[in-house]
Amino acid sequence: MTAPTRRVALKVLGGTLGAGAFAYAAQPIARWAAGVSLEETLRRHYKELTREELAQILRHIEAQTHETYGVEVQVRDLPPQEGVSFGYALNLSLCIGCRKCAEACHVENNHDRRTNNSYIRVLEMEQGSFDMERGQVDYDHTVPAPGKYYMPVQCHQCDNAPCVSVCPVEATWKERDGVVVVDYDWCIGCRYCEAACPYHARRFNWSKPEIPAAEINPDQGYLSNRIRPQGVVEKCTFCLHRTRRGQLPACLEACPTGARVFGNLLDPDSDLRWVLEHKRVYVLKEELGTKPRFFYFFDV
Amino acid sequence: MVSCNVASPCARAVPVLFLALATACASDQPRALAPPPGPPSHPVTIHEPERLRGVATDERDASGRPRRAACVVCHSLRRPQVLPSSMSELREFHQGLLFDHGQQPCAACHVVGDQSSLHLSDGRLVPMTDAIALCRQCHGPQARNYDHGAHGGMTGFWDLSRGPRTRNHCVDCHDPHRPRFEPSQPVLPPRDIGLVRHAAPSKMPARPGAPTARNR
Repeated sequence: MTAPTRRVALKVLGGTLGAGAFAYAAQPIARWAAGVSLEETLRRHYKELTREELAQILRHIEAQTHETYGVEVQVRDLPPQEGVSFGYALNLSLCIGCRKCAEACHVENNHDRRTNNSYIRVLEMEQGSFDMERGQVDYDHTVPAPGKYYMPVQCHQCDNAPCVSVCPVEATWKERDGVVVVDYDWCIGCRYCEAACPYHARRFNWSKPEIPAAEINPDQGYLSNRIRPQGVVEKCTFCLHRTRRGQLPACLEACPTGARVFGNLLDPDSDLRWVLEHKRVYVLKEELGTKPRFFYFFDV
Repeated sequence: MVSCNVASPCARAVPVLFLALATACASDQPRALAPPPGPPSHPVTIHEPERLRGVATDERDASGRPRRAACVVCHSLRRPQVLPSSMSELREFHQGLLFDHGQQPCAACHVVGDQSSLHLSDGRLVPMTDAIALCRQCHGPQARNYDHGAHGGMTGFWDLSRGPRTRNHCVDCHDPHRPRFEPSQPVLPPRDIGLVRHAAPSKMPARPGAPTARNR
């Protein structure tokens, strides 16, 4: 038995304070875990799920959405199509900076209403400048303004995607049709991908998305527009819940000028291929070697 | 210092850990791809603007839109013998029509005595709803881009084997009498956390390639 010296008293005090501080710091974990079921914790990676398991998970997500948001939704998992590789081109001579594409994305992809989140940022650029970092995104005046041009930026679905290679848990990957997707249930929210993306195309869910029930788009995809949980990263998927059914992406349908051209890179008769073969297209930050599937061009 | 005098539980835990890892690292489930797109089987239709079938009146319908009157409502009674050469000569009908499309006289496109047709430069008549044929006579590059989906909005399917596509008509966006695209106020101002907080321009000199708060 040790004699009750001052040293022992200090050790006990220090130990108690340390343990208390740790318990306090770890508190949010307990709170977080309260909303996550055991099934969700033990759930395997999307790519390892069998069809039956996936179907079960889709029904589970639908039930959860109904419980949380009070709406009947349908969550699907559409596979990529054989012989299809998606690409996008954007005519900067036509874009007027109205941000209708960003708005359509906001609605289609069940974005948080409070932050006006969207996968598309429209940069107001000085004519003659190509420096994306000097573009203004919060312009609030009649468009198009004289001396400016407008450059919408969204995920470029790079073939050599830095966001994919930095992910420490393989929660993001490239699909066979070229779309870079995120498994929101596998993402740990470290935001490495957000930092790695040279196009600022990824968004982080700082809070649980707030969307009025009446505004929720019930046509949802597991890898695309289902309502994301808090603490995960999300990104543009070329609306794969639409485009894998043959439909055009929501941003394209909303564009009033027809600046956007979407299609199958493998189809030589597609509008997209015509643009790539007849216009002087360029990609953003080509020198980084990211190999984007998103092309810009001007009418010459 | 590491004191590992609890060797026996450790030894038991290792195989369990390996087993857990082996289960967790199951191989990817092979995923069937959907079949490739077939040949185009659905049409591409061009939307028909109401404007080509009549004019808006002062009266409004239940949903607040102006009631439209077909051209023939007035023109069955009034058949002008000559077309005016400028807007200022419009005394009774189409008053206040704004015109800013070069120095064209009305007769450059319109036909005397046939209000529902237009004439091409070679004199051939086309129905008013086929105005695109007229537009493309002067606006070749735009027409070429339009034909390849690189000008003018559209909705529907990129894959015509799965569904149809609807294209905008020239006149959906361009008033033939004042074809310049009207300026507008942008929608959905961004309100993301970082952006709002750092809305003032940075005093730091911008380093090329560095992400800034302005465009996050």
